[in-house]
Amino acid sequence: MIVLFGIFLLTLMVITALAIVQTQHLFVAVILAGIFSLLMAANFFLLDAADVALTEAAIGAGISTVLFLGALALTAEHERAASANRLLALGVVAVTTLIVIYATFDKPRFGDPEAPVHQHVAPWYLERTPETIDIPNVVTAVLASFRGYDTLGEVFVVLTAGIGVLFLFGAKPRRKAGPPRLAAHEPGDGLRHYLIPRVVGRLLIPFILLFGLYVQFHGEYGPGGGFQAGAIVAAAVILYALLEGEAQALRVLPQRLLNGLIAGGALLYGAVGVAGMLLGGSFLDYSVLTANPVTGQHIGILLIEVGVGITVTGVLISVFHAFAARGRV
Amino acid sequence: MELLGLYHYWIFAVLLMIGFYAVIAKPNLIKKLIGLSIFQSAVFLLYITMGKVDGGTAPIFQAGVGDQVFSNPLPQVLILTAIVVGISTTALGLGIVVRIKEEYGSIEEHEIQEIDRQ
Repeated sequence: MIVLFGIFLLTLMVITALAIVQTQHLFVAVILAGIFSLLMAANFFLLDAADVALTEAAIGAGISTVLFLGALALTAEHERAASANRLLALGVVAVTTLIVIYATFDKPRFGDPEAPVHQHVAPWYLERTPETIDIPNVVTAVLASFRGYDTLGEVFVVLTAGIGVLFLFGAKPRRKAGPPRLAAHEPGDGLRHYLIPRVVGRLLIPFILLFGLYVQFHGEYGPGGGFQAGAIVAAAVILYALLEGEAQALRVLPQRLLNGLIAGGALLYGAVGVAGMLLGGSFLDYSVLTANPVTGQHIGILLIEVGVGITVTGVLISVFHAFAARGRV
Repeated sequence: MELLGLYHYWIFAVLLMIGFYAVIAKPNLIKKLIGLSIFQSAVFLLYITMGKVDGGTAPIFQAGVGDQVFSNPLPQVLILTAIVVGISTTALGLGIVVRIKEEYGSIEEHEIQEIDRQ
């Protein structure tokens, strides 16, 4: 049964991807990309990757769609006719597909426990997690503790991308004399004049925030963690901004505070690492944080996950505001 | 089971190349970025597929349940962070596209090249 479901999902994904490439209407393409992400998330779930599925659903289907729509509002909704070298591109793509498919015949059988990928460090992580870190979710243990360096690097990438977007939009755009907008459709107003989205949205926001906090602090025990929680909290704030208007959202969470969040989360992560050094361990070694090494690991993971969550929330909300504010000028 | 495994890898190849086609053949910059995210998702799918173990479950220990077979947690960690980094770089790319639109008045590749040549 699961086999059939998997095949069904994969086939749907290919159909969606083809439709995305084929359509000339960019709005349709973006919405289809959201559906594609949702299918991908379901597929990840079938492949035992619960954490990844949660991340893909929150980010790929949620935040990514909002950002693309924000960019569409500032550019164009339709694409022009395809370029002249279409046949050449098709040829290259067809040949490469065949080569990659030929290469798949050499791959280990699907789900083979003896495959090389399961032989190196993975069993070690699975064995050591209960005794050294003692949290149930091995993905979180590897992410936050064993490979804490890598995650710190990823947080800095997110931080840098956020700073990059804020810089790009820091320059004032040239003003163009456009037709005056109708007062009822002032973009800064959000959906304030639409009753049903407003009522439903207002009901949803507290629960989304609560779920975000649950995902944040339950990440050690179930699927979740800072990355997913950051995206979910950001989604709640973006929903608030869409409903109540940009200005109101910026009154609640001013840009200055968001800038503080962006830097603060990464700083908190780094500070936990340095604290480990000051207490006589190595960088990002949480075992020395308290007398009991396992408790130290728990505290360290909790703190750095909060740091990750804060930075991701700050970056995603700031990027959204940067796009939305651009539209108004 | 054998066929499903190969099917996963074939879908990976097809999705990868659909994304790649959008990147090289579509002149619209936003379409290129969507293509790039499909390309990226295909790579994610490959990694997660390789981490799956027969009869396995998500790598989360459950109290009182012994002898569990877990799928490989490592590719999952890698891809989890890659998704977040992916959205950050996509946001940066979209920012650049919007700035290009403001400077050139177009997001079609050949029109931008035309303006550059003048």
